[in-house]
Amino acid sequence: MTITTVDYSKEPAITSQFVTSAEIDRAIEAPLNRFPSLRWWIALSISISLLLAGLVSVAFIQLKGLGVAGFNQPVEWAFDITNFVFWVGIGHAGTLISAILFLMRQRWRNAIARFAEAMTIFAVICAGMFVSIFHLGRVWLAGYLLPYPNQHGLWINFISPLVWDVFAVSTYFTVSFIFWYLGLIPDFATLRDRATNKYKKIAYSVLSLGWRFSNRHWTHYERLYLILAGFATPLVLSVHTIVSFDFAVSVLPGWHSTIFPPYFVAGAVFSGFAMVQNVLIIVRKMFKLDHIITTKHLENMNKIILLTGCMVAYAYVMELFIGWYSGSQLERFVFINRALGPYALAYWMMVACNVLLIQMFWLKKVRNSIPIMFAIGVLVNIGMWLERYVIIVTSLSRDFLPSSWGLFSPTIYDLGILSFGFGLFFTLVLIFVRFLPTVAMAELKSVLDNAQPTGH
Amino acid sequence: MTLKPLYSITALFDTPDAIIHAAEEIVKAGYTKFDVHTPYPVHGMDLAMNLKSSKIGFFTFAFGMMGVLSAIILISWITISDYPLVVGGKPFWSWPAFVPVAFEITVLLASVLSTAAMIVLYFKFPNISHPLHDTAYMKKVSSDSFGICIQAADPIFIQTEVMQLLKNLGGSSITSVYLDPEEIDHGQKLFDIRFLGVLSVIALMVSVATYFTLNRLMYVQPFDWMMVQKKMKAQQHTILFQDGIGMRTPVEGTAARGFLPYPYSGKPEEAARYLVNPILPTKENLNQGKAKFLTLCSPCHGNFADGDSRLRGQFPNPPTLHSDKVHQWPDGRIFHIITEGQNSMPAYAQNISVQDRWIIIEYIRVLERARNATESDLK
Repeated sequence: MTITTVDYSKEPAITSQFVTSAEIDRAIEAPLNRFPSLRWWIALSISISLLLAGLVSVAFIQLKGLGVAGFNQPVEWAFDITNFVFWVGIGHAGTLISAILFLMRQRWRNAIARFAEAMTIFAVICAGMFVSIFHLGRVWLAGYLLPYPNQHGLWINFISPLVWDVFAVSTYFTVSFIFWYLGLIPDFATLRDRATNKYKKIAYSVLSLGWRFSNRHWTHYERLYLILAGFATPLVLSVHTIVSFDFAVSVLPGWHSTIFPPYFVAGAVFSGFAMVQNVLIIVRKMFKLDHIITTKHLENMNKIILLTGCMVAYAYVMELFIGWYSGSQLERFVFINRALGPYALAYWMMVACNVLLIQMFWLKKVRNSIPIMFAIGVLVNIGMWLERYVIIVTSLSRDFLPSSWGLFSPTIYDLGILSFGFGLFFTLVLIFVRFLPTVAMAELKSVLDNAQPTGH
Repeated sequence: MTLKPLYSITALFDTPDAIIHAAEEIVKAGYTKFDVHTPYPVHGMDLAMNLKSSKIGFFTFAFGMMGVLSAIILISWITISDYPLVVGGKPFWSWPAFVPVAFEITVLLASVLSTAAMIVLYFKFPNISHPLHDTAYMKKVSSDSFGICIQAADPIFIQTEVMQLLKNLGGSSITSVYLDPEEIDHGQKLFDIRFLGVLSVIALMVSVATYFTLNRLMYVQPFDWMMVQKKMKAQQHTILFQDGIGMRTPVEGTAARGFLPYPYSGKPEEAARYLVNPILPTKENLNQGKAKFLTLCSPCHGNFADGDSRLRGQFPNPPTLHSDKVHQWPDGRIFHIITEGQNSMPAYAQNISVQDRWIIIEYIRVLERARNATESDLK
């Protein structure tokens, strides 16, 4: 028997050994200077094809009306809102990593924060497209979502959760973008000083605003970063809470429930982490960043997936329990109908993906095995997409009066809507990894071994 | 090269411990205009440089208060006075529902404005023509070295002494940084003609864009085939019908809504015989009758039915209704006249409903009786 001793006097290393500041610069800058590989072009052409296919079907829906996508009474919310909630949820992992883990001094998050924040921004762009543009049916009236003084003397209704949504999503996007850009400024400055190409140098100079790494600047910079993290934390909770209010404030059985806000936030972080984990696995492989984004990071993310997955499972059980305990016949019927009704297949797939499958993450071997965790991540996202679909469609299709029941079935245009979201998201991600540093270089350097003074 | 004025002396250090030590020594030596450049924030450097803690939080607090107050005032004004909406029978000022929007606006203003304040007020950014830019020194500190830069503007700056001090502290690559002519004076001048020019161009662009967005773009309909369709309107020419008239006459014998056919047309005596006033002379009915009479009848017949028209001869005056002839007519006879008209009086069937005609007749009876009141009426 061998006894291994662990040195607890030192925090564990963030990256693998022998990673220096210079090595970080080299590894992060390398993909920005190479001509893109064939694999990148293939990936980009696939995602742009998805985007264009989605655009065609979205344009057709605008031209002919939402009815061609199967939206009708009683199911007027289906794929659009499902995708909206799904994408907002994906975004939440980024803010959790960049803000909440920052406040909790989780140093390992520095290696993946930039990427996760970028994904937040792209996911919120996708979500905003769905809810503020496509779902309106008449895109050119989107301006009326904002309160502006007009000659009709009209104002928006501030007591409506749908108006709260507009404020929440637009604020979330703006604050995430500022947070992200603030982190990028020192990295742009590093790239500016490494650039050999004249045009790149000009671009990075402008983007870095003239950053000089001065400690007189760092002191304000760090304080503001802390403040923004403090803002982003309640903000991220408020955004998905407000999204859940779209449902919870209505009186429909299955929606009218106080568990929705925490349930939605946990679900959002759950699916978001699965998405970040998936895309990071591809990126670290593609750009040879294995030594900077290590399996340790992925394992930590898997732990968070397991934790939030268990919260989601708790919410499922609690919904069923309260459905029974409320004594309301309608509530009981909704949950029986969910599990055994026309959408039972979606429900059980959701339970399998979100509750049963992730229990494999209790095993350390699974948490460290890249192919298995990748597969689980994909299935978690499928499961979480189905969760929103099940919540929206089952409640709408079976409300109070049996005379107003009606089923929804997706048409080919709904698949177009789905493909639009994924196409837009992955196109933005692929462009991001080519043109901007995928890892926060300055932040990562600050947590390397020997990066901080020892005080001797 | 020698003509250029000196900006600063710079030195590089390899480890965070060395730079902290160097910063402490430079503060001890009494230099104030110096700066430390590190690729990432080094903990303890603020203390070593004797920097005060950042005041940016006060900006954030002020902007946040601005956000929360402006949101609450705006929403309250809209929901209470400018555009009150009844939602679910709740009071207009139902403040719990304002919390989400007020929170979002607070976070938005506090984050955006304090970031802008930091970048513009503290950093004086954007500024990409600083003397340190594009030096070998900057290239090292942006990667993995730690640098100290002592400015020539420091009151106790003596070039040789500073170089010696940095060497003693263990600094390497000690170099002098010179100012380029265009970098010498670049305080941000608010009234610089170029700056104002750029500003006015931006203002113009924003105004034009806003004007077009609010006044044009928002009224453009990409397609209007739901709203504008081929259709025939009542007053228009049409090729669909032989007579070329869009409006059709109803089928013979069509009864309009609310208008029953009048069976005694041209038969005043029969109307007088068979029609009975269904209205009782209650106070409510008579008040209503008075209002109708004053509105519809009095312009010609006068306020007391004396036939004293207010029309001043523009229309022939009708005879008084207080004659014996009218007095003896049954209600049905008067009903017939209102319905069909008589002499110069047009038919009022289109304008006065059946019910109102009877109510008015009740009121005319009251007027007649008032003129010829008996002793018993006064009791």
